[in-house]
Amino acid sequence: MSGHSTYEPKTGFERWLDMRLPIVRLAYDSVVAFPTPKNLNYWWTFGGILAFCLGIQIVTGIVLAMHYVPHVDYAFNSVERIMRDVNYGWLIRNVHANGASMFFIAVYIHMFRGLYYGSYKAPREVLWILGCVIYLLMMATAFMGYVLPWGQMSFHGAVVITNLFGALPVVGPSITTWLWGGFAVDDPTLNRFFSLHYLLPFMIAGVVGLHIWALHVPGNNNPTGVNVKSAEDTVPFHPYYTVKDGFAISVFLLMFAVFVFYLPDALGHSDNSIKANPLVTPTHIVPEWYFLPFYAILRALPDKLMGVLAMFGAIASLFVLPWLDTSKVRSMRYRPTAKLYFFIFILACIALGFCGAKLPDDQVIPGFTSFQLMDADLNSFVWLSRIAALYYFAYFWVITPLLGLTETPLPAPESISSPVLSHPATTPTGAVASPEKRG
Amino acid sequence: MLRKGLALAALGLAFLAGPALASTHPKEPKDVHWSFEGPLGKFDKAQLQRGYKVYREVCSACHAMEQMSFRNLGQKGGPFYDPKYPNPNDNPYVKSLAKDIQVKDIDQDTGDVIQRPGIAADKFPAPFPNEPAARASNGGALPPDLSLIAKAREGGPAYVYSLLTGYQNSPAGLTLTPAQHYNPYFPGDLTSAWHGAAHHVPQGGAIGMPPPLAPGKVTFDDGKPSTIDQQGKDVAAFLAWAAEPKMEERKEFGLGAMIYLLIFSGLLWVSYRKIWKNIGH
Repeated sequence: MSGHSTYEPKTGFERWLDMRLPIVRLAYDSVVAFPTPKNLNYWWTFGGILAFCLGIQIVTGIVLAMHYVPHVDYAFNSVERIMRDVNYGWLIRNVHANGASMFFIAVYIHMFRGLYYGSYKAPREVLWILGCVIYLLMMATAFMGYVLPWGQMSFHGAVVITNLFGALPVVGPSITTWLWGGFAVDDPTLNRFFSLHYLLPFMIAGVVGLHIWALHVPGNNNPTGVNVKSAEDTVPFHPYYTVKDGFAISVFLLMFAVFVFYLPDALGHSDNSIKANPLVTPTHIVPEWYFLPFYAILRALPDKLMGVLAMFGAIASLFVLPWLDTSKVRSMRYRPTAKLYFFIFILACIALGFCGAKLPDDQVIPGFTSFQLMDADLNSFVWLSRIAALYYFAYFWVITPLLGLTETPLPAPESISSPVLSHPATTPTGAVASPEKRG
Repeated sequence: MLRKGLALAALGLAFLAGPALASTHPKEPKDVHWSFEGPLGKFDKAQLQRGYKVYREVCSACHAMEQMSFRNLGQKGGPFYDPKYPNPNDNPYVKSLAKDIQVKDIDQDTGDVIQRPGIAADKFPAPFPNEPAARASNGGALPPDLSLIAKAREGGPAYVYSLLTGYQNSPAGLTLTPAQHYNPYFPGDLTSAWHGAAHHVPQGGAIGMPPPLAPGKVTFDDGKPSTIDQQGKDVAAFLAWAAEPKMEERKEFGLGAMIYLLIFSGLLWVSYRKIWKNIGH
């Protein structure tokens, strides 16, 4: 754990500075000497990858803002100017636009890792909640960023999402007008979205600081979920994890580069290459892929207000998860039943994402008509999303609380260094044999 | 029991009712091979030159390309790029292409609106002064701007090519106005104009643009036979280039970036193995 500082100022200047502002000590304790469990696998590299993604988005975003014009008459053309005439503008914009998707891929893996290994459980509840706050800020930032190019999907997506707030009773219409800065999505909306899109990433950076602080108090969780017992269980962060995270970031960048250089529009929508036109509505309005599961939950309920509440409830469930889970065992390595339900949960999330991209009334099995239930055919994407959404909520509110009380977990190892009943991927006792087989 | 019976009855009724009438989907674009496909694909310069001629002599009568300037034609990767003129504004061929086109300007002495021959820095002039004028000349339909059309349509350049070469006589039972033309690749729903069998609504939609291409309509300077198919392919390739003039640069840069990252990842992997050698974990 964080423990005592082992930093010793070496030069006269460092000694002088350390008495006044121990900033070198802070950096040393956080990213050099910080004791880290030695058994972290590659799922743990996504924290570093995410910090890297945030940095990329901020740097490319600042450059893009130098060339972008937040005005309904010029926004679209200014983005095209970036793509055509600004030196390496195509690169900066492709990195920024695809970077958002990469950021979300990484954050979803990071969150699923936290769920699987029980990283949200005591004493890491605040760490988890700060992560949820970052996720919420990321969603707001990404949504507003997608509006800025002022294409057809930007505009009509903004109309759909801002109208959601209109479903709230009494205050709904006022909130919508306030968000728009008028009575429709228009220039004032674009301007405030640009302003907020520039502000929120710095708020994210601030909460990331808190997130790392909250991480460094209890220290990292690890794949066994067992607390660090002695110095033998840990290695200093540098060089052990700087090199491992560095390798992971580099591999992640390879995947990132495939999108930026060879599939720059694969994750976007062709309608966004058409300038926004409030009088022409695209046939299907779909959000970016990372919002699709929530979009499916929104559309799963026949009532608009209920849909909006369910969508926000899906995110709110994450916040209270530390108190919904009754199991004392952190890692699902030792919870076979929980593991099964967890994998079904991942499938439900993927199914929701799939449903969000489809028209609600389209058939899941083509050409097969079953029977009408409520307002739709049972063989339709709206019913698939209802089933998946039900599982999503049941996983948090029913399965997780009950499972901790009823399941029989497998015995967990005594400590990280002596995994008596180890995970098959881990060789017993601190031997050096075949390290290439270990995460 | 009762509930189960009701459900079964409902199931039976649903089958009796038959499949719901699905709205029509346009035909999938034709399968075309482009020189610019794949991670190493490049534009065929001769094809871009022919494609520009098709745009200039046929499409530009109705379709604007507001993102394009004449200078773009002579920039690196463009149809008329000449390494002798790194600044495309100096390229004599581009200058002469621009000079052939009259563009609108303001007389600096009188303030009158005048027409003058274009220069390389000029944007492609729009055929109509505004949207109502464009609609009035085209039977109410608005010819879309073509600068980004290859990115703005599902199917990209293959869609553009299929649409241009895919016009068909309208099937018997389809009632279209004289300003409408049947095209199976154009997205739309013809259900309301269809009087034939309910299950066989034709694919595609009714487009306002009459078939624009005809054999021999454009004379290609390189002697390529001027068929509809050739014109369609060439103009689609030109529009793909215009939608993303930096595509070749992107792919070239990408190759270097991928090689760099592969080597870098390899070095980091070796360092990782070395540093972790003595740690049992």
